[in-house]
Amino acid sequence: MSEEINMKQEKEPTGFLSRKKGEWREFRALSKAEKKKRIIEWFLNNALYMLIFVFVIVVFIYNQRFLSFDSVVNIAMQSASRLLMALGVAGIIVLTGTDLSAGRCLGLCACVCASLLQANGTANKMFSGLSFGTWLIPVALIVSMLIGGLVGAFNGFMVSRFKLHPFIVTLGTQLILYGLVMWYVSLGQNNSAPIAGLDDRYLDLVTGGFKIGGVKIPNYFWIVLAVAVVMWFVWNKTRLGKNMFAVGTNPEASAVSGVSVARTIVIVFALAGILYGISAFVESARVSSNSTATGVNYELDAIAACVIGGVSFMGGIGKIKGVVIGVVLLQLVNAGLVFLNLKPEIQTIVKGAIILIACAIDMRKYIAKK
Amino acid sequence: MSEYEYLLEMRDIVKSFPGVKALDGAKLLVKPGTVHALMGENGAGKSTLMKCLFGIYRKDEGTIKIEGKEVSFTDPKDAMENGVAMVHQELNQILKRNVMDNLWLGRYPIKYGLVSEREMYKRTKTLFSELEIKADPRVPMSKLSVAQRQMVEIAKAVSYHAKILVLDEPTSSLTSPEVAHLFKIIRRLKENGCGIIYISHKMEEILEISDEVTVMRDGKFVSTDAASDLTIEKIIRRMVGRELTDMYPPRDHDIGGELLRVEHLSARYKPIGDISFSLRKGEILGFAGLVGAGRTEVLETIFGMNEKSDGTIALHGIPLEISSPSEAIEKGFALITEERRATGIFGGLSVLENTCISNLRRYRGKSGLLSGRKMARDAKWAVDAMKIRTPSLSTPIKTLSGGNQQKVILGRWLLTKPQVLLLDEPTRGIDVGAKYEIYQLIIGMAREGKGIIMVSSEMPELMGVCDRIIVMSGGRIAGEVDGKNCTQEEIMALAAKYV
Repeated sequence: MSEEINMKQEKEPTGFLSRKKGEWREFRALSKAEKKKRIIEWFLNNALYMLIFVFVIVVFIYNQRFLSFDSVVNIAMQSASRLLMALGVAGIIVLTGTDLSAGRCLGLCACVCASLLQANGTANKMFSGLSFGTWLIPVALIVSMLIGGLVGAFNGFMVSRFKLHPFIVTLGTQLILYGLVMWYVSLGQNNSAPIAGLDDRYLDLVTGGFKIGGVKIPNYFWIVLAVAVVMWFVWNKTRLGKNMFAVGTNPEASAVSGVSVARTIVIVFALAGILYGISAFVESARVSSNSTATGVNYELDAIAACVIGGVSFMGGIGKIKGVVIGVVLLQLVNAGLVFLNLKPEIQTIVKGAIILIACAIDMRKYIAKK
Repeated sequence: MSEYEYLLEMRDIVKSFPGVKALDGAKLLVKPGTVHALMGENGAGKSTLMKCLFGIYRKDEGTIKIEGKEVSFTDPKDAMENGVAMVHQELNQILKRNVMDNLWLGRYPIKYGLVSEREMYKRTKTLFSELEIKADPRVPMSKLSVAQRQMVEIAKAVSYHAKILVLDEPTSSLTSPEVAHLFKIIRRLKENGCGIIYISHKMEEILEISDEVTVMRDGKFVSTDAASDLTIEKIIRRMVGRELTDMYPPRDHDIGGELLRVEHLSARYKPIGDISFSLRKGEILGFAGLVGAGRTEVLETIFGMNEKSDGTIALHGIPLEISSPSEAIEKGFALITEERRATGIFGGLSVLENTCISNLRRYRGKSGLLSGRKMARDAKWAVDAMKIRTPSLSTPIKTLSGGNQQKVILGRWLLTKPQVLLLDEPTRGIDVGAKYEIYQLIIGMAREGKGIIMVSSEMPELMGVCDRIIVMSGGRIAGEVDGKNCTQEEIMALAAKYV
């Protein structure tokens, strides 16, 4: 008897399309008033996207070049370069944490990458004894990921072992990292100068690319895309991802269900660090001249993007899709403000206001109606 | 057939926390294939003993044997892998995730390195159909009713196929048919040789389901008896260690003229409609009904927490417009909420601060700052009047027992000089002795001419304390019965009217 029921029910709500179809049928069956309520609800829930849409239209009317192919690709590339860090920070926010050390961590990793990948014959080459070879490129990437991962694991360890809030922990590590990067750039022949003169083979690998419609799509775009896909699987289809959401929502419940809360926290932080490492490898080539200022305050944009994309500070809520959308929207706003020809001070104020409005609209969804 | 008599043996268990000896020679012996009730007042150490078994706490002394072999679990995972599962008193759930994510948390089925949703869905369906639980595995936990969540939690514990299953207050938010459902599941597990440790405050349940009863008091073992040899009175006597002549104090309050009239009340976002009733001075009006019948929502709507969509609320014949709790408090209402820990107490704050928090404007001195002297005076009054047992006024409230916490909250609200007290499950999670004192306080307040509305899921309690009982069903009022001369059957019939 029960077997029979299983067989039948197992088939029912699998496909995405059939689910949507079911929802539509359900919607059609509603009364008129109920339908109206649902529609209003839908508009409110999507208010953020509509607002951005209106903003884009306004900018476009002011300056048509905003939506030219060049400009769109440019915005997409800007977004791609920011996405890796946002993906890392997002996981930490899902755990009700935050990471103030992300930017400095990226800075350190970028300087290390750059120092390993300077072209032969560069004046004041940091490690003059190190002769460039293609084999150094993957080594630099791995070293960068390793450093990021270690920094992340350290943050995670401090959070889980000493029950410190990530805000405090990363406030501390952020300073330590700043100190380390200052020390690092003073090494060798470099004498604290920006680390430049990177080898063309490295630059080519990251920023080179093939043209689509006359506009070059740099290789790093594909790297970022691939990482985002991997992260989607990690969040949705792995034990780590599911444990991460569980710990972010209710750590006690996770513990009594047999999840190692401490391990989950350390791994999520370490994973974020690894993403910063990859991001640093890209960023180092993109800016091509790395210094102690590289990466500073990047984490603030990353956190803002996550929040705009619906990754809740309350923990346990967030989607990769949301992070991507958040990063793109923030970049769209950034670019739009430039196209509007606003003064920098106005731009900054407007950007701040947009973040606040976006989050207020988004929060509306979660406020329980009384 | 087996070389061991007991499935679980816990002997001479000692566990100390800073300043308290929570367990002092506790003993629990569970035979295979039996339901073993563990009883005791709050703070008697039942949950602590179970947490020692489950590896959440480490015991200081004593031995734990399972099937004759000594064990000592280091964490819950360890315990579960060794055949011990537990339904925790506090629902430990990931509300934002779906039902099956919750069920298989910590042991997701893995295929090719990824979690197999298909497998999870299949297993959940099988489990639910076995246990006859109706819930969609893909729905977020938060969409389920509290009772459904509790059933999912029970299903989760069952799914570990444990030899020993601990149920800590599993029925706290279940209605009678669901309790019967749970008992059916328990009996089946019992037939399979599983040992079930059952913790509950509900005496009738204990006598119905259990084979043996162990009573604990102050962290110590008191007795183990066959349930058939016990009566409610005997159990209570062992739990409190003294005679309790009657479970309810005498009702000696006089009822005056009409105080509150509610007509055709509906809430905008909550499923209650057309609620009409009146409350007189010095009257205790009970609200009965199943979980989800809308009783809490009625109180919250009167108190301005839920948006009203229709209807009038009149105090002394004057219609009121209340749109927030602070307005309600000003007009003379007080609400004692159902979830004491979440919305009642401020755990880390002192007894004094917890007493004065709703009334701070009254303690402003000439300088504009709060007067510590005035606050201490009122807190002192509350401690004396409510007979609160606390080491001092500066003790954090979370260290007090549930009963004493509730008395602090009662004191807090009495200081706001309310005319109408709304009590939502005022004795939930409070032990028998303290319940009696809470009833006394409630009747005392009625004697002073206050109007009291009391929501409770324990029908005997409503019948023992209330003058009239309104029964709700499906968000509406199903009927009214007299508090002194009604039967549980009458109430149950009304409660099921609009389900």
